Amino acid sequence: MRRIIWYSLYDLLRSRWTLVYFLFYLALGFALLFLNNDVSKALITIMNIIVVLTPLIGTLFGVMFFYNSIEFTELLLAQPIKRQTIFLGQYLGLSLSLSGSLVLGLGLPFLLYGISSSGSVQEFLLLLTAGVFLTFIFTALAFNIGLSNTNRIRGFGSAILMWLFMAVIYDGLFLIALMVFDEYPIDKFALIASCLNPIDLSRILILLKLDISVLLGYTGAVFQQFFGTTRGMFISLTLLMLWVLIPIWRMIRIAIRKDF
Amino acid sequence: MKSIVLFTALFILANFAGGKTIELCSSCAVKTLKTALNIADSGDVIRIKPGVYNAWNIEIDKPVSIIGTGSVVLDGKNQGYILKIQANHVRLYGLTLKNVGLSYTKDYAAIYLHRVQHFKIERCTLRNVFFGILVEKSAHGIISGNKVSSLGTGETDTGNGIHLWHCNNVLIEGNHLSRLRDGIYFEFVSESRVLENLSENNFRYGLHFMFSNNDEYAENEFRQNGAGVAVMFSKFIHMRNNKFIQNWGSASYGLLLKEIYDAEIISNEFRKNTIGINAEGSNRVHYRLNNFTENGWAIKITGACYENIFERNNFSSNAFDVAYNSKMNDNRFHGNYWSDYSGYDLNRDGIGDVPHRPVKLFSYVVNRTPESVVLLRSLFVDLINFSEKVSPVFTPDELVDNAPLMKRAQ
Repeated sequence: MRRIIWYSLYDLLRSRWTLVYFLFYLALGFALLFLNNDVSKALITIMNIIVVLTPLIGTLFGVMFFYNSIEFTELLLAQPIKRQTIFLGQYLGLSLSLSGSLVLGLGLPFLLYGISSSGSVQEFLLLLTAGVFLTFIFTALAFNIGLSNTNRIRGFGSAILMWLFMAVIYDGLFLIALMVFDEYPIDKFALIASCLNPIDLSRILILLKLDISVLLGYTGAVFQQFFGTTRGMFISLTLLMLWVLIPIWRMIRIAIRKDF
Repeated sequence: MKSIVLFTALFILANFAGGKTIELCSSCAVKTLKTALNIADSGDVIRIKPGVYNAWNIEIDKPVSIIGTGSVVLDGKNQGYILKIQANHVRLYGLTLKNVGLSYTKDYAAIYLHRVQHFKIERCTLRNVFFGILVEKSAHGIISGNKVSSLGTGETDTGNGIHLWHCNNVLIEGNHLSRLRDGIYFEFVSESRVLENLSENNFRYGLHFMFSNNDEYAENEFRQNGAGVAVMFSKFIHMRNNKFIQNWGSASYGLLLKEIYDAEIISNEFRKNTIGINAEGSNRVHYRLNNFTENGWAIKITGACYENIFERNNFSSNAFDVAYNSKMNDNRFHGNYWSDYSGYDLNRDGIGDVPHRPVKLFSYVVNRTPESVVLLRSLFVDLINFSEKVSPVFTPDELVDNAPLMKRAQ
């Protein structure tokens, strides 16, 4: 498996996309810190970007990589290697390289601008953790889509639709639900609904660390009580973990049964 | 000849200063404050030497000065009031009063003044009080440089630090108030000034005033109070250079305005409050040169606010700059600085060429459905804010700043 991860990483490095992605975050980090010079304000902007961009990149790279390397995959399938190993290896190769670009690209500028002495290390680490989780989740979902659709156009279409649903449409439906049912006690519903979407979950986890004053309205208090505690943090990290594991499990299940 | 002139001068001075000086200490002829007050005449000075004295419910019914030299502690032993002032021209200076009684039926205070004029309370320290300084139906006084604090744990077992009721022409200056119910409380107080006080960590309001007209509040700092500062039902108020900082929590306001008419709110700083200013039924208020920084809501207008003017204020890094719950607008926003203004300034006169709409659709939504605040900063919310900005449907479309500043107003 290690060899397959290595092949995937090498393939990605050679295609330079990882490098571009890394340079993008590097430039972004430096530009933000140069313009703002205030680490905690830069964190808010970065959060906006991470929450939207990492899922998008994860999804698009995921399907692109999957369809591009399909011939290599078929070649590997002819070898005496377990299918599980092949797909898991490719998946890990891609997710690792994407999260590596993210962590290094944002970590370097912030380290140079003195994140470690600014008192917002914890928030920054949470931000990176959320970014890495989102990358792993959406790459896994993209692999699922790739495996389920042999037709590339349909695959790309569904991938973009999935991202759009998670990043935008879900929140729209959520907001409409909140507004329609605002006569009822809906804070529990809001809590559960925001736990079910990994993008919302990461956003709220980070927000509670950053924009706390607004969220401390009485709805915020419910969230603060839940997410602010160690138990809440543990639950939300577990949920994110499930969001990684379930797609991976489904990916392997399909891969094993699929007739290539 | 010289000595006669000097003697006469001293004599006149002594007469003006008012009579004799009575020394009070544990080894003096006069040992308690009660006896000192009994033998004192009008205009006498009672000087208390350092030490701890038991004193409660002491009535001061003649115009005397009571001066503490060094650390003079009057211990009320939780028995009730400590000093009750019922005469004009009383002056207290440099005393420490502690342990006022706690009651649910009586407003026990460390210093209680009733129907007096020309009082002065200076540099006193009031510890473990129920009410600190309670002033009723009095006028022309000075309360300055005092420290008031209590050991209470909530709104029910604490009183107010400086409580004025039916007073006028009082100056409250340079006091430090902490861990009380309300730091400063005014009811029916007029022509008074509150300057350079620090009111912090109080359980309810740092400053609370009702039915108090023509007062001035300047250079005060209110921080980390349970519910910030509340001003209600008052006219002609001037608030200048005050700081409202970190009034945090679900019911917390930097400044809560209710039924305030014809006020001026100038050059104040609002930082890290859940709601910077919450205005309700407040008309003809002039907001100028205030700084709103990192608040949840900078200004929340909840109803029936007409003819208010907001000009040259700085709004930076607030989650919501202005929240509005109706479509009607009769308030004027002109020439403010908005940190999320996205227009341009072609002729470089420092004024943006594109009008700015400070009310976002999302703030309207959050007003209707508070739970939706969990969607803050999501992509969907940015999208609907943008579309609302382009063509306003829900937010008052005449609520615009036609001359937004490109740089912060100084």
